[in-house]
Amino acid sequence: MDAYVHLVPWIVLIPLAGFLFNGLLGMASGTFREQKNLIGGVATLAVFIPFLLALWLFFAMSGDSDAATVSLFTWIEAGSFTTDIGYRLDQLSLLMTLVVTGVGALIHLYAIGYMAGDEGFWKFFAFMNLFIFAMLNLVLADNMLLLFLGWEGVGLCSYLLIGFWYTDMAKSDAAKKAFMYNRVGDFAFLIAMFMIFQIVGSLRFEDILSGTGLFTTDQVFIIGLLILIGATGKSAQIPLFVWLPDAMAGPTPVSALIHAATMVTSGIYVISRLSPFFMQSPELMLFVAVIGAFTAVVAATIALTKYDIKAVLAYSTVSQLGFMFLALGSGAYVAAMFHVVTHAFFKACLFLGSGSVIHAMHHVEHKLHEEGKHVHFDAQDMRYMGGLRKYLPHTYKTFLIATIAIAGIPPLAGFFSKDEILVMTFNAGMGTYGAVYIGLWAIALITAFMTAFYMFRLTLGTFHGEFRLPQKFSEAKGAEEHLHESPVTMTSVLWVLAALSIVGGFIGIPNFVVATFTGTADVNLLSNWLDRTTMDADLTLSKLVEWFLLFGSVLVAAAGIFVAYRLYEGDQLEASDARISERFGAMYQVWSDKYKIDEIYEGAIVRPTVRFSERVLDVFDKKGIDGFVNFIAAAVRFTGGVVRYFQTGMIQSYAYGIVLGVILVIYMLLFR
Amino acid sequence: MLEQYIPVLLLVALAVVTAMAFIVLSRLLGPQRPASNKLGAYESGMDPVGQARDRYSVSFYIIAMEFIVFDLEVIFIYPFAVRFQEFGAGTFWAMMLFIFILFLGLVYTLKKGSFDWTAVPLQDEQSQESSYKIS
Amino acid sequence: MESANELLTILPLIIIGAAGLFVMMLDAFTGSARLAYLATILFSAAALAVAVSDLFGPMGESFHGLITYGGTSSFGMVLVMTGTLFSVILSRDYLEKTGMHIAEVYSMILFAAFGMLLLVSSNNLVTLFLGIETMSISLYVLAGLVKNHKKSVEAALKYFLLGAFATGFLLYGIALLYGASGSTFLVDIAATEDKGMIYWAGVGLLLVGFFFKISAVPFHMWTPDVYQGAPTTITAFMATASKAAAFVAFILVLSRALPDARADWSDVIWLFALLTMVVGNILALVQDNVKRMLAYSSIAHAGYIMIGLAAGTDAAYSAVLFYLFAYTLMNIGAFGIVAYYEWHKGYDFTEVSNYSGLGFKQPIMGVLMSVFLFSMVGIPPFAGFIGKYRVFAAAVDEGLISLVIVGVLASAASVYYYLRVLVHLFMKESENGIVLSRPGTLYTASLLILAALTIFFGINPGVLTDLLGSFWTVQY
Repeated sequence: MDAYVHLVPWIVLIPLAGFLFNGLLGMASGTFREQKNLIGGVATLAVFIPFLLALWLFFAMSGDSDAATVSLFTWIEAGSFTTDIGYRLDQLSLLMTLVVTGVGALIHLYAIGYMAGDEGFWKFFAFMNLFIFAMLNLVLADNMLLLFLGWEGVGLCSYLLIGFWYTDMAKSDAAKKAFMYNRVGDFAFLIAMFMIFQIVGSLRFEDILSGTGLFTTDQVFIIGLLILIGATGKSAQIPLFVWLPDAMAGPTPVSALIHAATMVTSGIYVISRLSPFFMQSPELMLFVAVIGAFTAVVAATIALTKYDIKAVLAYSTVSQLGFMFLALGSGAYVAAMFHVVTHAFFKACLFLGSGSVIHAMHHVEHKLHEEGKHVHFDAQDMRYMGGLRKYLPHTYKTFLIATIAIAGIPPLAGFFSKDEILVMTFNAGMGTYGAVYIGLWAIALITAFMTAFYMFRLTLGTFHGEFRLPQKFSEAKGAEEHLHESPVTMTSVLWVLAALSIVGGFIGIPNFVVATFTGTADVNLLSNWLDRTTMDADLTLSKLVEWFLLFGSVLVAAAGIFVAYRLYEGDQLEASDARISERFGAMYQVWSDKYKIDEIYEGAIVRPTVRFSERVLDVFDKKGIDGFVNFIAAAVRFTGGVVRYFQTGMIQSYAYGIVLGVILVIYMLLFR
Repeated sequence: MLEQYIPVLLLVALAVVTAMAFIVLSRLLGPQRPASNKLGAYESGMDPVGQARDRYSVSFYIIAMEFIVFDLEVIFIYPFAVRFQEFGAGTFWAMMLFIFILFLGLVYTLKKGSFDWTAVPLQDEQSQESSYKIS
Repeated sequence: MESANELLTILPLIIIGAAGLFVMMLDAFTGSARLAYLATILFSAAALAVAVSDLFGPMGESFHGLITYGGTSSFGMVLVMTGTLFSVILSRDYLEKTGMHIAEVYSMILFAAFGMLLLVSSNNLVTLFLGIETMSISLYVLAGLVKNHKKSVEAALKYFLLGAFATGFLLYGIALLYGASGSTFLVDIAATEDKGMIYWAGVGLLLVGFFFKISAVPFHMWTPDVYQGAPTTITAFMATASKAAAFVAFILVLSRALPDARADWSDVIWLFALLTMVVGNILALVQDNVKRMLAYSSIAHAGYIMIGLAAGTDAAYSAVLFYLFAYTLMNIGAFGIVAYYEWHKGYDFTEVSNYSGLGFKQPIMGVLMSVFLFSMVGIPPFAGFIGKYRVFAAAVDEGLISLVIVGVLASAASVYYYLRVLVHLFMKESENGIVLSRPGTLYTASLLILAALTIFFGINPGVLTDLLGSFWTVQY
């Protein structure tokens, strides 16, 4: 592996080069900014070439290859503390690299069409490349500090891209919100890093993982908790998940890349990376699992009530990330990473499909305005859609495939990964704190049902039935003729992702499925691949139980789809929602209000802080600190004024100073 | 002990006596025809009366400085000239280099017109303009 | 006698000396400042290249031990030539725009550089004295370049008189040390057995001579007047190359001639470092003129560097060398930008209030200024931070905790006056509707290079610190 590891810096640096190329030339030249094909092409290649390199590494590597590191240069050295800009190539980091660059390249390609009309085209692609650069630093870093640099870097890019249309106040507020929530998590992460350094004396993963024995159980719990808080910030889990739905303010490719496929999975990546560390404390694992399960169910219930198609997808993302955390907490790191991969495929496909829909709806609105009809509607609102399958056939088909995949119908990708999570959670129910895990498994099963339900509600509401816009606005009659499919650069990407959503699951076929027929089997490629880098809990269930669980999860998904079909097929969207709302009453209200979490934070943290700042800190600041600072400044300036008198400009006094100095020096040396 | 110093004392006394003697003798023997120039202090041929901050031609100082430079050159060359056969070729060429560099200096001052007494001494064109153009 | 190999050890000196003479003749026969400028750049770049390659060459003595080469001396040459090259590049635009572009400037700069090169390679007090004098006399002339501006002439005269005064002390110190040790070679002085009054008086006066050159308080008073009065790019040259050369020579003398007396001079330098930091920073706080502020800031920096000298270990010396490099980069840069703003309005356009709103008019220059000033404050990831950090760390290792605490507090106070410039550049409204022209390509490019180096060595100091450490048997 050592020979190949020298490719790794190139993987990281090529996106940086793309960023610099587009960023610098874009800043410098107005004519360059118009060369959109060049900009988009360079940016896409800057991600695609690293993907090819990673692919090469993938074929050069096997499941039992040792991890290799490469150091570019010593970055910081302070006393005994040294940190390199160094990269670590192993099965886990390569898997993430493949996902980031592969899905990233596809989304870049898609964005060329999607962003074509935007003024900030060059800026968009520069930021996207910068994001890929930061993300690759995050996944490939061989020490926590560089990882943290990437961690902050993706946060920054996320901020820049959510607020990409910064002239819209709401959007730039959403960017700020995302940044703030991430800061809370980052702070915890930073403290965890300090504590680890305190104990291990190094931040290199090698040293940390081989030094897990140095930690006491309490230390593992506390540090793990801090890392977990950091991960909940980045991966949008309870209690820090509220930024992600708002982050949908960014352009849709950004939502697909950053807020579905890659950045939000970095919390899962970090915990997987540190799996031997986390496995030390069952309490910690339980905590991770509980957070995951509750996030999954809470986000799923909110997703049931939303009409904004990107919001549904955003809550669905939060919910799926919850599944991944549940897997982590159950000691199923392979399953978590498996779901990261499959989720990247189908969620990117869904987001890009929604982008295609929004694109079309915007076009309609634009055309109507051109005809002089002042129809204003939200291009992301399902209630104005319906029947789009006629007009956007490719988008519809790919969207449907991805929906089936996420719902968990075999043999599509989502089925295998989600089933593995459920099995492993149930499996954890046989160990310490078993009863709790069984409970979490039940929650996860309910969530799986809801996932199938709300995803089909979304698909049916958007693509089936009749086009509802003309029903809502009399002026918009005949608007459907403006609906048109997206260009081929966009749809081809959708098809690639849809194909991946179909076949992506075969990298992780559960062994027992084949073993039932052949006795023993070793068909789970992913599990073999990640064997050396993560430390999974042992699977103790019998094959019978596993089959039972498998059929259970298929049944649940099918039930969800069936109910959704009954309720929403044939333009029943709002009517059915009203019926559900009536049935569930106050509970539905709570879901639709997003559990009032934003309001709770506002009331419990933001407003008291503001009030405290105004009443106490402000006064203290003005009277106390400012007073003190002003006093010091005044004192210094006064002293300076006095000392300045010696600086008369008269050469005699200068010579006088010199003579005084001479006397002082001679005195000190001669009369010690 | 103190006897040793008697010759010194004698010498001091002799000096004082001699000086006094000559002053008295010139008073007694010399003709007395006083004039204003004669009563004034002697100052190296300069007019001692008038403003002390008189302007001299800058050329005066330049010549003086160049004189010092070439005067000092002699101090280096003289001991070298006395012993140069013992030093060998290296020292010879070193001294030649030294003289050459000084020669370049001479060429420079010549070109800049330091010996041109009729010209306005040593002012180049640029510095005669106002030093900062306000743009 | 000196073989060709011995001449090779002083190749940068030969190049710059010949260049000085050549440019002088060029001036005499053509009077073209442009030609002189070109020749100066070529020769300086050549000397810099040779000095850089010498860094990796052997160390030793030549010319009967009068000259030391390689290692620290070569690094001193790199510092001097970096300062010279960049000051020269910046000078052309500035001097042309302000109507002072005459060929003599370049020959004087080259002669001064020659003196500095001699200074950093001196292994003998007489060589050292020759170097200091060649450097100083050329600088006196350069300070008075603006012949019809009162401040410039005043600066030159003050510099000359006080310089002569200080040189007297230095020379007296050298004479006394010769009297005490019977030699002017640094190694022989180190071997002095009878350390009587004469010896200590000699050491003291030698220290005084250096204190004047590095403008330590209370020998500093000429600095603000001269830095303000001299043309700005010349100030950049004086503030960087001559300071660096003096410091390198100081290190050579302290480490080679006076290693045994360290306990004694360390106390002296301790006290003067303290005075220099405190007074330099306090006075910088009250300045309204940017050039004057930078002058006091350079005094303050001298104070930080003296902490390293007071520590007097190998690690401290190599840290000081790194600091000097960072100091050279950021000071030329800052003065270069001051010069750029200045040429639009004239000689007195250096008040802080003049800078209001200029930052956005030519954003590149504003950003570059921020880089240089932040580096001076000592904020990571700029080279200034690493320099300060290394010097302070070496001093802490030697137990000079209180001095380091003062140093840290002083640098904290320095934030005020550095940021004040940036506040004016970026946060105040422009008053006078001044239009900034684009600086020349080479001008911008050289400032960009300086900033890039400042950042590069701030992020990746290892390249340089390892090299410097190898000169001083320090392993990081």
